[in-house]
Amino acid sequence: MNERMVQLEVLRYDPQVDDEPHFQHYEVPCKEEWVVLDALNAIKESIDPTLNYRWSCHMAVCGSCGMMINGEPRLSCHAFLRGFAGVIRVEPLAHFPIERDLVTVADDFIDKLKRVKPYLIPGEPRPIGAGEYLQTPAQLMKYRHFSMCINCMLCYAACPQYALQPLFLGPAAITLAHRYNLDSRDGGREQRQQVIATDEGVWECSFVGACSEVCPKAVDPAAALQQVKVASTLDWFREHLLPGSAT
Amino acid sequence: METIVADVAIVGAGGAGLRAAIALAEADPKLRIALISKVYPMRSHTCAAEGGAAGVIKPGDSLDMHFDDTVSGGDWLSDQDCVEYFVKEAPGELLQLEHWGCPWNREADGSVAVRSFGGMKKQRTWFAADKSGFHILHTLFQTSLRFPSIVRFDEYYVLDLLLDEGRCRGLTAMEMRSGLIRQFNAGAVIVAGGGAGRMFPFTTNGAIKTGDGMALAYRAGVPLKDMEFVQYHPTGLPNTGSLLTEACRGEGGVLLNRNGRRYLQDYGMGPETEPGKPQLKTMELGPRDRLSQAYWHELQKGNTVSTRWGECVLLDMRHLGERKINERLPLVRELAISYLGVDIVTDPVPVRPVVHYMMGGIATDTRAATPLPGLFAAGECACVSLNGANRLGSNSLVELLVFGKRAAGSAIEYIRDLPAAGTAALTARAQESQARIRELFSRTDGIESMSGLRREMTDTMEKNVGIYRDQAGLQQAVDTLGQLRRRYRKVMLSDRSNVFNTDLFQVLELGCMLDCAEALTVGALARRESRGAHQRLDWAKRDDDHYLRHSMVHYRGSGAPRVDYQDVVITRSPPGLRDYSGGHQ
Ligand SMILES: Cc1cc2nc3c(=O)[nH]c(=O)nc-3n(C[C@H](O)[C@H](O)[C@H](O)COP(=O)(O)OP(=O)(O)OC[C@H]3O[C@@H](n4cnc5c(N)ncnc54)[C@H](O)[C@@H]3O)c2cc1C
Ligand code: SF4
Repeated sequence: MNERMVQLEVLRYDPQVDDEPHFQHYEVPCKEEWVVLDALNAIKESIDPTLNYRWSCHMAVCGSCGMMINGEPRLSCHAFLRGFAGVIRVEPLAHFPIERDLVTVADDFIDKLKRVKPYLIPGEPRPIGAGEYLQTPAQLMKYRHFSMCINCMLCYAACPQYALQPLFLGPAAITLAHRYNLDSRDGGREQRQQVIATDEGVWECSFVGACSEVCPKAVDPAAALQQVKVASTLDWFREHLLPGSAT
Repeated sequence: METIVADVAIVGAGGAGLRAAIALAEADPKLRIALISKVYPMRSHTCAAEGGAAGVIKPGDSLDMHFDDTVSGGDWLSDQDCVEYFVKEAPGELLQLEHWGCPWNREADGSVAVRSFGGMKKQRTWFAADKSGFHILHTLFQTSLRFPSIVRFDEYYVLDLLLDEGRCRGLTAMEMRSGLIRQFNAGAVIVAGGGAGRMFPFTTNGAIKTGDGMALAYRAGVPLKDMEFVQYHPTGLPNTGSLLTEACRGEGGVLLNRNGRRYLQDYGMGPETEPGKPQLKTMELGPRDRLSQAYWHELQKGNTVSTRWGECVLLDMRHLGERKINERLPLVRELAISYLGVDIVTDPVPVRPVVHYMMGGIATDTRAATPLPGLFAAGECACVSLNGANRLGSNSLVELLVFGKRAAGSAIEYIRDLPAAGTAALTARAQESQARIRELFSRTDGIESMSGLRREMTDTMEKNVGIYRDQAGLQQAVDTLGQLRRRYRKVMLSDRSNVFNTDLFQVLELGCMLDCAEALTVGALARRESRGAHQRLDWAKRDDDHYLRHSMVHYRGSGAPRVDYQDVVITRSPPGLRDYSGGHQ
């Protein structure tokens, strides 16, 4: 099988010894079909065991291994070496504090997920004994692709609004709220709306669509945000301009 | 050392750990629950499960049939009281997930859809496209956010269990961000640490599946049960080991050898069925152990296809058509295209068996209790004896739910009248645990490298403890693993930082895997028969007279482990013949 030497520049930072991050150069023999994660694993195994990054599934579903690769947010298990020429620059995800090397501090994202109440708030509670809620394939399709988010945070690293306004709930959290709002079994939209509509960021979002472009799972958070904004505007109109029709 | 006090501490936030946490929180909002995981919950390997989860729901199916499939699939090594409990609880648990929002696939009338799965006589596998585990995990994680009493400790690595006067009373864990060790005092501990496939070089298991949970319990004196039963999944991608779900065959995909022959018919699973019209419990829908063994025989006969990734057979799904493939198997198509460059719509995809699942694990009973008071276990790390000698696909996701919940119930019962713990004793144990880590950091005479030892372990497992085994190979593996465990005491850390030190965690994980691998191999050497996933070339027959029993491997520190046996519980199905001939035999 074909092997070639691949050059990587990897950001290194250990808060216990480094004043600031720096780049370290590695040269590692790689197989043609490898992804960037395989190259990092080869470095860790045979060249430098002190390099740190998160990964687990190697099949683009656990969402652990997001990083900036040549300046773009990517899953390193899905960034094929054949797509790169020259030195590959690897950095931690943008817009998050660096914990160590390629590991970022994810607290802010995790908090935001929780704030949007991302769970079913039943419209009509139903005992288990009564069986499943009926949901037609068409009803399922309304929200299904918004439920595919693997929480990889790539969209936050791409989002210009999150960079400016860290309080912004951000693409994935809002999409998740929207996913439950669209679920025929759910009746919690109003509760979630209180969180989302008061969020500064939604209104500032300029819909450049960077989030959807980088999303590895075709979740299309930009579309979710757009729909949320339209729906929120309609709410506002109903409440403020058309009092008679509020019911 | 900071001490955190909880009523119940849970190790692991995958499907089993999350289900247990929610059950505890629902039962009593005042319970203090500590949910501890070395990765954020949604990174747990449950996310990788593709195919689905089995539970009887459709007319024409019955709990008895699910029972029979599970018991015969497990080659009669399942405890039948456990299977009875499981099949009864399964549908309710899957419905519960539905009520929590899980996006199960639907029939046109809005009811839940089910699909075919290997070894199951009826269609009873609930699925969410081919991302079932992902949706189950996220549904559970998101639902858990409703409960303020579930306090999460994300990215905490659990080091040791704390015992006092014969009870499990807590644990120690390292906050990965700071390197600080915390003591958790808890009335009860539930271990839900997942599997251990990383003992092998070629596996569908993610990097985190290193048997930590099993090793925690084993070192605390709980036996590991039936460890020799390792499931090979017959259809892994030959380069990365990524899984192509059994649903590929459930939807009608067929397996071909180099001559284009559907070779399964030559191994007691024929006659051939029409392509695209799969028949339950025969040919491609036979059980995993049989399919993986058939590959091995084809390899010996020179019937496999040589590819740049090694010897393979072909999984052909072309006849399903692009539409069905996109609707039912989108992830499979995506995986094969991106990692292998093969589009399943236009070409057959090369596959080979890959280490997938541990049937064995921490010895538990149907209450999810271990023999150690105060310690419970659920999920893949546990061996509750549902799966016997071979797990049926789509039983495991349900096992997480049924026994995660059961562990919670048993823990609540247990802590009700629990006498107070001797806190001084626990603190002393915690300090010993901390000293173990300190010693690793301050070690100056280390000569062994983590990656070197790990490679020797995985090579040994692959070479000697694979699909077919024999006395000589197993003996060699036992010897090598014993040596590796001794050499491990001289392993040297390369990284001494306190902040997110993955070198340290890999060293600790390796220690866990070595202990598990030794237990597995000792169990395999002692079992002189062939049953389910444990196949001996030198003992080719099932031997119910001697081995209708669970092997129990006991930890003995630096010495070799000790094996004894426990009877299988038979309630109504005496050992019989496993028939996958589609009724033709
Ligand atoms: C690719 C693949 C596909 C599968 N498909 C199916 C399927 O279709 N149907 C089916 O029924 N089964 C399937 N299985 C099997 C099933 O998915 C697993 O058995 C199951 O998900 C295991 O769940 P768990 O909760 O026990 O462990 P996991 O989900 O692996 O979680 C383990 C947890 O333990 C934690 N942990 C481990 N060690 C430590 C430590 N030292 N300190 C702190 N925390 C720790 C981890 O952080 C994690 O949270 C599949 C398995 C694989 C690999
Ligand atoms: S929306 Fe897409 S990019 Fe954003 S976190 Fe989810 S999967 Fe990742």
